[in-house]
Amino acid sequence: MNDPNNTNANTTGNTNATGTPADAAVSAGADAAGQSFGHNSSSAAAGPAKESAMRKHGLVSAKLLAIAIGMFGFGYLMVPIYDIICEVTGLNGKTGRVAASEYENVALADPDRMITVEFVGIVNAGGSWEFKPEVSRMQVKPGVTYNTSFFAKNLSSQPVVGQASPSVSPATAAKYFNKTECFCFTRQEFDANSGRDMGIVFVIDPELPANVDLVTLSYTFFRSQPPA
Amino acid sequence: MSTAEAHHDDHDHHGPAPGFKRWLYTTNHKDIGTMYLLFSLIMFFVGGAMALVIRAELWTPGLQIVDPMFFNSMTTMHAIVMIFGVVMPAFVGLANWMIPMMLGAPDMALPRLNNWSFWIMPFAFTVMLSTLFMDSGGPAGGWTMYPPLTLQMGDSFAFVVFAIHFLGISSVMGSINIVATIFNMRAPGMTMMKMPLFVWTWLITAYLLIATIPVFAGAVTMLLTDRYFGTSFFSAAGGGDPVMYQHIFWFFGHPEVYILILPAFGIISSIIPTFARKPLFGYDSMVYATASIAFLSFIVWAHHMFTTGMPLAAELFFMFSTMMISVPTGVKVFNWVATMWRGSMTFETPMLFAVGFVVMFTIGGLSGLMLAITPADIQYHDTYFVVAHFHYVLVPGAIFSLMAATYYWMPKWTGNMYDEKLGKIHFWVSTIFVNLLFFPMHFVGLAGMPRRIPDYSLQFADWNAIASIGAFGFGFAQLIFVWVIIKCYRGGEKATDQVWEGADGLEWTVASPAPYHTFETAPEIK
Repeated sequence: MNDPNNTNANTTGNTNATGTPADAAVSAGADAAGQSFGHNSSSAAAGPAKESAMRKHGLVSAKLLAIAIGMFGFGYLMVPIYDIICEVTGLNGKTGRVAASEYENVALADPDRMITVEFVGIVNAGGSWEFKPEVSRMQVKPGVTYNTSFFAKNLSSQPVVGQASPSVSPATAAKYFNKTECFCFTRQEFDANSGRDMGIVFVIDPELPANVDLVTLSYTFFRSQPPA
Repeated sequence: MSTAEAHHDDHDHHGPAPGFKRWLYTTNHKDIGTMYLLFSLIMFFVGGAMALVIRAELWTPGLQIVDPMFFNSMTTMHAIVMIFGVVMPAFVGLANWMIPMMLGAPDMALPRLNNWSFWIMPFAFTVMLSTLFMDSGGPAGGWTMYPPLTLQMGDSFAFVVFAIHFLGISSVMGSINIVATIFNMRAPGMTMMKMPLFVWTWLITAYLLIATIPVFAGAVTMLLTDRYFGTSFFSAAGGGDPVMYQHIFWFFGHPEVYILILPAFGIISSIIPTFARKPLFGYDSMVYATASIAFLSFIVWAHHMFTTGMPLAAELFFMFSTMMISVPTGVKVFNWVATMWRGSMTFETPMLFAVGFVVMFTIGGLSGLMLAITPADIQYHDTYFVVAHFHYVLVPGAIFSLMAATYYWMPKWTGNMYDEKLGKIHFWVSTIFVNLLFFPMHFVGLAGMPRRIPDYSLQFADWNAIASIGAFGFGFAQLIFVWVIIKCYRGGEKATDQVWEGADGLEWTVASPAPYHTFETAPEIK
């Protein structure tokens, strides 16, 4: 399609064949958009020229349209790609989820190493909840499983469904912060004015980089959207 | 313009129909180009009026003229109108007018599609602007439409998304048309590396549009389903992530800023050789630089979001890849300067705008480099320094290139020379006021004044008052521009076919004004 000589061979052909060369050349372009095929009957040579031009334009347009549609799909493909990248790298403070048995009998490089874990509970704007951690900080040993809980209460007079979204800071620690059980895995239903403790079981991976001695686990409590 | 010489016509598709129907049904690339250009000129004043509302409110500290919600919808709409209603359609209009003439082609490859791509736009903008009269007010969450804020907008939200879909369809159709024209309609002997740079830059721009506009359409569709159909792409409550929107948006948004400037590079590369009376220095390197800029534009998007929190490796990657763009851009600026070097230069209005472009676009490029520095960006982010940066590349950059193009090709369009004295006055008044308008924004930005807020602390008062004077001066100076265009359309000294002594290219071989149909017989390029 980049061959320039090919491009206007048609035009030249029409010039010789008909009394109105200009017309044929113009209609070769104009009719390519898919308008009125029959109109060109006045110039006999225009038929093949027009069809050839149409085919070329159609081919380029089809390819480009395919790119456009593909890129629309790519926009949506970025959603799973984004999730996978966040999961693999631990960016975005997304925490890991492991089976309870994974850290049994792990040999610890430094048995005396202690990590401070802080817990933060935040209610998203507009939600009428009470939401707070049972303890605000605890000292933990990597590779050992710990239990704690958050307390949530629905302050409104209607039953509501909440969903907590976790985030770990610093982000580099996120993928070493693993939970075997968490209330954040599921939607939490509350009756009007009722509250309860919600448990979390976590373990810090002994591979946690040595320069990290403080990890903050923050939950934001959202009013869950009605299922689609 | 040239309506009369519509000759022969054994079928009714050629030659203008009388009256308004001519414009409604036309498939002629010159008619469509004219409509695009006039549409963007009108939208330039619509968007400009919004800018003046913003600058009037910011003239002094405190809230005095408009309420904050309306102020926010002004900043949002000003951006949408100027990007999608002024700069993009104006470049498409120039492409319509000039690309077939530069290539020796009789028309665009897909003329009927061309008609559709134009006529979608006025409807899309009617939908968009109508939101200003809705009870909920216009969109006020910024043109980038970040969730969750934008999901809290009133009903205008759905209208804006709908309008963006239509503008996107229009742009993609226009781009397909341009690529098909460039690939299939070149005159014999017009090889790719003989094409004028305006054609080259548009070819690459068209590819950017085709590749990124659909991504934007996808992003706003996700917003729409999040808002109305219960999906949770960006809603943390349903497991989504608002930061993901920023990634998808800027994957479109950064190539978009090059969509707004690459055709300008093409225009400047046409004008400077004409008035320096020398061929363009480094044609090949200009082509490769344009392609490099287009490629790099896809891998730098996250520099718009350094403050969202990123790992060090990503910050370094996006910082260095962003800085790398200054290499091909520097090649371009160097080539323009080298073209002028020892040329027999004259300074007619198009050349004044072109030289002004080179100087002031470079100022905007330098502040862009400053913003690329990640640790510094954390201070600059969302301040008036950013506003100063992108207005320098868009106003004395893209807009000046459009004015340069108008003065440069207007004699070919109308057959009359424009009023050179008024043109020069227009240039100097615009240049003085545009700098008065945007330069002080660097200072208040570095001092910490945030953007998109209708009030500010007292220490920013003086520079803001000066910027507002600049804004009104620049705005009213554009009335001179309109007057020059009207005057030139009505009459004036007749232009020769070549128009400019140093002009080179196929568009200067046809009569002035350009006949309704040109190059019905393809020219031979040696």
